[in-house]
Amino acid sequence: MSLLEVRSLRAGYGPVEVLRGIDFHVDEGEVVVILGANGSGKTTTLRALSGMVETSGEVVFDGRSIAGARPEQVAQAGVAHVPQGRGTVTDLTVEENLRLGAYTRRDKEVGTDLERWYEMFPRLAERRQQQAGGMSGGEQQMLAIARAMMARPRLVLLDEPSLGLAPLITQGLFRTLGDMNRDLGTSMLVVEQNATLALAIATRGYVLETGEIVVEGTATELAGNDDVRKAYLGI
Amino acid sequence: MAERARRQRLIVGTVVGLAILGYLLWFPQQQAPADVRLWTTAIYFGIAAMGLNLLTGYNGQVSIGHGAFFGIGAYTTAILVNDHGWSLLATIPVAAALAFVVGVAVGIPALRVKGLYLALVTLGLAVVFPDLTKKFVRGVGGTNLVRVPSASLRPPEWMPGGLQPDQWGFYLALTISLALLGGVWLIVRGRFGRALIAVRDHEAAATTVGVDLARTKVLAFALSALYAGVAGALSVQVTGIANAEKIGTFNLSILFLVAVVIGGTATVFGPLIGGFLVVMIQEQTTDFVADPPFLSGFLSGKEVLSPAIFGIMLIVLMYFLPDGIVGGFRRLLRRILTRRQPAEPLGASVAP
Repeated sequence: MSLLEVRSLRAGYGPVEVLRGIDFHVDEGEVVVILGANGSGKTTTLRALSGMVETSGEVVFDGRSIAGARPEQVAQAGVAHVPQGRGTVTDLTVEENLRLGAYTRRDKEVGTDLERWYEMFPRLAERRQQQAGGMSGGEQQMLAIARAMMARPRLVLLDEPSLGLAPLITQGLFRTLGDMNRDLGTSMLVVEQNATLALAIATRGYVLETGEIVVEGTATELAGNDDVRKAYLGI
Repeated sequence: MAERARRQRLIVGTVVGLAILGYLLWFPQQQAPADVRLWTTAIYFGIAAMGLNLLTGYNGQVSIGHGAFFGIGAYTTAILVNDHGWSLLATIPVAAALAFVVGVAVGIPALRVKGLYLALVTLGLAVVFPDLTKKFVRGVGGTNLVRVPSASLRPPEWMPGGLQPDQWGFYLALTISLALLGGVWLIVRGRFGRALIAVRDHEAAATTVGVDLARTKVLAFALSALYAGVAGALSVQVTGIANAEKIGTFNLSILFLVAVVIGGTATVFGPLIGGFLVVMIQEQTTDFVADPPFLSGFLSGKEVLSPAIFGIMLIVLMYFLPDGIVGGFRRLLRRILTRRQPAEPLGASVAP
């Protein structure tokens, strides 16, 4: 059984329906990417999973239904969300942000995890006592990802991690995401415009168009699909 | 290097803190009872401001109604002492608990509103409170003023040293304020404090890490009410009465907020300093009865002049210290410390 199973998920804002019933799943240990143009409903998909918008349909995570759950309940169930625009708390220091990520945890190993993420992202270690608001976009994105991982999630939702970052930084970021998935086995659902980079670390993917899934397949299949290549890979 | 600066700061802080504490312990032994009472007032103002700071400074919920929670604390203490013969000391936890419970009750509906609207709702609380006490409190001559017997203001028998009521009140307020200051310090540095700030700065981010918005906001409201309630209870020790007038409750609410802002919002020590300043500035300006000749005819006597001076001082203070006393002090300290330390070698902290 899949870690995350989504069936006929609909979501929208008031009278505007953005997702018109989509089905997808994420298996344990997979990196799944959702590709799509602006306004196709990628961000709404993640927001719907996190309980941040009105939804209908089935969402089963780890055997339990989380459809209609509030954001904090979804987080407590083991789903971490790295929102678009990073969502770092600017007035807290880097370290406080990371500790905030462990909000749902009651165990004694938070300190150990802190050191692990400092090792993974040495830039954060250098800035541990600095206010997060003073950091560059790339550093804030690292912080947002590390903060999400501090919760020891089973699934991480990543909303356009490359947004507003320089190409080199983005490449490094995706390499890190790939490493994290390989070393820790954390499942990831990534929404991304940069299809080349995303498909490079993904197991499978879906293409979303105006609220409906139009193509799905393994990462290699998608990378080889002519329509996908034309629309999202620019080749 | 940062480690050294922190250690320096810790040492300076400890020395300054111990010096202030020593002075405060010595203070009531030497001063006139009226002055001791004034300083006690400054301390309980600081307590109320500390609580309001948790709500407004750290959690971003503006309240201009905390005079009501202060009043709940004062009435709880005065009524238990006067009508039920409790010792004043024993009423303080009850006052705190009651203010906390009412804080929860007010905090839950307050979840629906934010910012200016929340300020208006809490303002309503301050306006309604005196009317409620007029209806439900049976005080002196059927008014809503409750006076406690002067014997109840004496220190309990187990207290050594033959303290006068004013001295006892001072030490009591000082002890409680230190405990509550420690409470703020622990909260702010802990899990709940991070949640408070996250909710203030970025609600969406807070919920995605698992923070329960409603619970956090209501708890912040209730905790701040508890602090105000304790301050109210202590005010009975100083004044011997509990009372609520329409202007008085509103005025107090504003002054608590002023104390938070001039002391430094979202700082641990700021509200205590702010509370002290608000009480002292008010006292000084109230004594100011001069009627300068060039103003004669426009402003006569202290009634008009003292609020005017208070207001002008606030404006000047905010102009020069927009982030409050503690914020200004921090900037000054940073300037001094960075001047003394050699600059980092170029490129040491530049991104690769």
